[in-house]
Order: sequence, then structure tokens, then C-alpha cells
Amino acid sequence: MSESQPPLVRVRGVDKVYHRGSEDIHVLLNLDLDVHPGEFLALMGPSGSGKSTLLNLIGGLDRPSQGTIEIGGERIDEISSRQLAAWRARHVGFVFQFYNLMPVMNAERNVELPLLLTHLNRGERRQHVETALHVVGLADRSRHHPRQLSGGEQQRVGIARAIVTDPTLLLCDEPTGDLDRKSGDEILGLLQALNREQGKTIIMVTHDPHAAQRASRIVYLEKGQLVSERPS
Amino acid sequence: MNGLINWFVQVTSLTAFNLRTIPERRGSALSSVIGIAGVVLVLVGVLSVASGFRRAMVSSGSPSEAIVLRSGSDSEMTSGLGRDEVRVIEDAPGIARDASGPLASAELFVIINLPKRSTGTDANVSLRGISPAAYAVRGNVRIVAGRRFTPGRNEVIVGAAAAGQFAGLDLGQDIRIGQNDWHVVGIFTANGDVSESEIWTDASVLQPAYHRGDTFQSVYVRLASPGDFKAFKDSLTTNPQLNVTPVRLSDFYAEHSTVVTEFIQRIGVVIALLMALGALFGALNTMYSAVAARTREIATLRALGFGSGPVIVSVLVESLALALVGGVVGGVAAYLAFNGHKTSTINWQTFSQVAFSFAVTPGLLARAIVFAMTIGLVGGLFPALRAARTPIATALREV
Ligand SMILES: Nc1ncnc2c1ncn2[C@@H]1O[C@H](COP(=O)(O)OP(=O)(O)OP(=O)(O)O)[C@@H](O)[C@H]1O
Ligand SMILES: [Mg+2]
Repeated sequence: MSESQPPLVRVRGVDKVYHRGSEDIHVLLNLDLDVHPGEFLALMGPSGSGKSTLLNLIGGLDRPSQGTIEIGGERIDEISSRQLAAWRARHVGFVFQFYNLMPVMNAERNVELPLLLTHLNRGERRQHVETALHVVGLADRSRHHPRQLSGGEQQRVGIARAIVTDPTLLLCDEPTGDLDRKSGDEILGLLQALNREQGKTIIMVTHDPHAAQRASRIVYLEKGQLVSERPS
Repeated sequence: MNGLINWFVQVTSLTAFNLRTIPERRGSALSSVIGIAGVVLVLVGVLSVASGFRRAMVSSGSPSEAIVLRSGSDSEMTSGLGRDEVRVIEDAPGIARDASGPLASAELFVIINLPKRSTGTDANVSLRGISPAAYAVRGNVRIVAGRRFTPGRNEVIVGAAAAGQFAGLDLGQDIRIGQNDWHVVGIFTANGDVSESEIWTDASVLQPAYHRGDTFQSVYVRLASPGDFKAFKDSLTTNPQLNVTPVRLSDFYAEHSTVVTEFIQRIGVVIALLMALGALFGALNTMYSAVAARTREIATLRALGFGSGPVIVSVLVESLALALVGGVVGGVAAYLAFNGHKTSTINWQTFSQVAFSFAVTPGLLARAIVFAMTIGLVGGLFPALRAARTPIATALREV
């Protein structure tokens, strides 16, 4: 968490413009952001301010209109789509607001999905899946399908899927947005533990100031820029 | 190498994933399967008419049989041969012989009208006058009821297909045609070939009944072996006394079925193409909705690092799998519904009624399945490209 280490995420002068018909929507304007290894960053801001857009750029799901994005020393704004897909598989774990689990697969198979893109064999994959489900406290629900699980449990499966490849960076877009307070707190506790005990670098988008308090730093996005930055 | 293995792993896991979600959208999957099955059913049904007709015609001709017509005639209808010519032909080299002489049958035929059993309306039937050697020349004629006609009498034997198609041709009945009465004394089969659609009598009885004098229209011969055809043909065509054309029977029939089979095939293809267009839109619709229903899931997989290529391939495989099921269902249904179904039609090249069975052949089924798969491929391609091209960030926003 020390400021002396080089940042893991380095966003410089990023613009993001969407074209809707003849209209240009400038979502991000000359935005800079550094995230250091081991940080747990909360990204806040009003609806439509571009939080998801920024998170998607950092996760290599989208490309900036302008500017550079460097993750772990690699310029991800410059590489091909194919390389970017492989890069995501290796370096990023995504946690979504609506979990985005495959309804036809049980928890185990959902968590195994990202491992299909690695060189691990079946036995090794099973080992990793078991560990990840154990970490999120769902070892006993591994054969359950998403519809047999509560929202909080589904999000745990989502987190297990995000960490199973041991990624550099965990990106969570409103991970508690669809959960009640109690389940949300459990998820936040889990993310906090992953950050503190396993040193995972986490960027979490949230609307909820209460959720943001769990992070080690909060940044606010407004009118395309990070307007204030204050330690939590 | 590693990349290739990785690519296959992606394709197989995505495909398995797609196929496993089919039960969740069985409604639309079923409708595209049924649509494609319907196209295949019609295609196979129509084409089986053509292949059945062709089979009836071609199987009639053995390579060791030949027919001799007057030069310039391409059918028995327009041919004519005198008794002297017939004698010379019978003595030609290459003809098989038995105890009673060369296996050559001088024949003539007239076209008569009889009411069809099914509709009661009249249709053409060939009444053929044959020589005693005709049974040995054809080699496949079996009397299945009654007996052979007695030479010199107004007796006929009726091909099984003709007996089935036309009223009044049952054993023991009399047929009145013009001033003549013909007594049905036997029913015969001929291994399914065109003879079964004919009525046979003694040539020497038919000649005076139709004022044909002592002329014939053709001579059917059995060759000693298929290889003897050339010697047989050469001896006839180089003989200055003769003005005739010998044709191998298999070639003769194949040629005489082309107009009809091609016509039926063309109609079949046109109908099938029109239906295929409908099925194609059905398949497109199915795959679009299948892909649309999984927009977020596909986007999630791509976010996790699955590539666009594997996404495209897996959607295509799913579409092909549905099309294959449709093709097989349609093919089996066509086989059960049509294969062996008996019917008859007029052969415009000979103006006689030919009875035949719809033939759903393995080749036809293979073509139908290829056709179904083509529909599946086209139907899956656009949805697949769309699934792979939609930006992930955009697709993830759709709930
Ligand atoms: N693919 C896109 N095409 C066009 N406009 C888009 C696209 N993605 C986002 N936008 C627009 O960009 C702006 C920012 O969207 P974004 O989803 O990043 O906001 P957000 O801060 O995550 O909002 P929320 O809190 O509601 O999730 C919005 O006005 C949105 O309509
Ligand atoms: Mg958002």
C-alpha cells in the first residue's frame, strides 16, 4: 500500500466519448488515476457519471477514446482484442452487480469457467475451485445451481469465480447493489478479507457510502473527472 | 500449438454450454427443428418420386438385353419392322440361345384406355404383343396367379402394377376393347420394372386385332453376355438389308426416364427452396432469440476471456445441431411416409402409364441432410457474428 511502489493501475489523460446518433457523449474527460498494489479503492459518483465506464476501461472490456491505461506495466489500450481477451483471463477478476452466473451450471462449474482458459488439468482445476469456494464459505453448496442459492450466496459464487485464477486485480461493479444490508455486509467483509489477508488489489464501484467505508480509499467521479480524492 | 488447444477447449466448453441451455428454450428450438424437418420432408417426398420413377425405369433394363428399333426411331411408338427384318435380326451373332432357338422376341404394342381404380377416369395402358421367347428374354417374369396365355387365343396376362392400378384387370375377368374381348388368365411380376405396368398377349393375335398385318415395332433380345453387344450391334448396322438401331436396354430406359425425372426433380427443388426460405427465417429467428436471450451470458464469458471465434463457432455448432436433428426427423418421417408408396404416372416419352414406388434412397437422405445443415449454417451465422461483434461493455449493460 506504500505510495513509493509503482502504481499497479496507471490511467493518464483518458477520454471516453460515446456516439449516440449525431450526439457525442463525453463521459470521461482527461482523467488520471493511480491505484497501488494492495489498495482497496471505492469509486463513487452519481448515476451516469461514468463509474462503470472507467471500471470497464481498467478491466480491458472497452478502450479509451484518448489517453493511456497501464496495468502492471502493460499498456492495455494498445494491444489487440485477442490479446486483450487473454490478458483479462490472466489478470482480472470481475464481480458483477447481478452476479452474471450461468444458470445451467452449478456453483462448481461456474467457478471453473475461467480456469478453462488456463493450462491447468482437470484435477488441478478441481483443486482451485474447491479452494475458491472454501474462501467464500460455500464449500458445501458446490453442487447447487444459481437458482437454488440466495442473492448473497450467488454473489459469493461470483467472487469465487473472480478469484479462482488468482488475478492481479479484482474489479467489482456495485457488488452489493442488488443485496439486502445483511448479505451486502457479508460480501463487503469478504472483499475486505481478500484485500487484507491475501493482498488483493480491489476497485469497487458503489453508490452506498456505507459500503465505501470498507475501502482503504474513496474517489469521486463527477462530470468526467475525479473531483475529489480523500483518504477514508 | 498451445493456442490451438486453448481454442478447442474454448469451443468445446462454450458449445457444451450452449447445447445444455437448449432445454431452457425448447419452444423456439423445437419450432426451428420442426420447420427444418418440414422442409426436408417435402424435399425428400418430392425427390423420392423422381428417384422411384427413375429406379423403375432403369431397373427395367439389364445390360445383357437389347432392343432393336427402326433407324431414326427413338421409341417403340414410332418404330416399325417387317417379318423379314425380324428374321435377319434373330440370326445376328451375340444373341443367347436355348433349345427352341435364339432368345429374341419380336413385339408390338397398342395403347388402350382403361379406368383407374382410384379415380374411375381413363388412363393409358400398354397392351403388348410378345413372341414366345419374351419370357426367356426378360428372364424376370413370374406368373404369380393363373397361368401364361395360350398362343393364338384372345388371352392376356396382366402386370401386377397394372392390375393394382386399373379396374377390371383381375384374374378371370374379360376386358372389352373395341370389338375384341380379352380374357385375363394370369397376373405376373417382373421384379418391379416397367413390364409390370403392361398387359401382355400373343403378338400374332394382337396383329390382326389391330390391323397391323405382319409387322412389329421392336425386337427384344437377350445377349449371350453383356460384352456381346458390340458384335451384335456391328452385325446389324453394317448389314445393308437392314435399317435398324440396336440399343442396350439399360441405356434405352435411362434415356426414356430423363424428361420425367428431371421435371419432377425441378419441381421438387423449387418447392423445397421456397420452403427452405421459410425455414431459414425460422432458423434465423430461433438463433437470434437464442443468442439475444443469452446476450449477457455470452458477454460475461467474453469478459472472462473467451474469444470471439469460439463464440461464433459454438453458436454455429448449436444451429447445425438443431438443423441436423430437424434433417434426421424430416428424413425419417419422409421414409416412413413415402418410401414404397405406390403410384403411377404417365411417361410422356412413351405415352404409357408407368407404375412405380416412391424411393427414399440413402443418397436422397444424405442430400436432404446436407440441405438441412445448409439452412442451419446460414441461420446460425448472422446471430453468431452479432453475438461476437457486440461490444462487451454494451452487451453487459443489457439486462
Ligand atoms: N455503450 C454505450 N453507448 C452509449 N452510451 C453509453 C454506453 N455506455 C455508457 N454510456 C453512457 O455513458 C454514461 C456513463 O455510463 P456509466 O454506465 O459508466 O455510468 P455509471 O456511473 O456506471 O452509472 P450507474 O451508477 O447508473 O451505473 C451514461 O450517460 C451512459 O448512458
Ligand atoms: Mg454503472
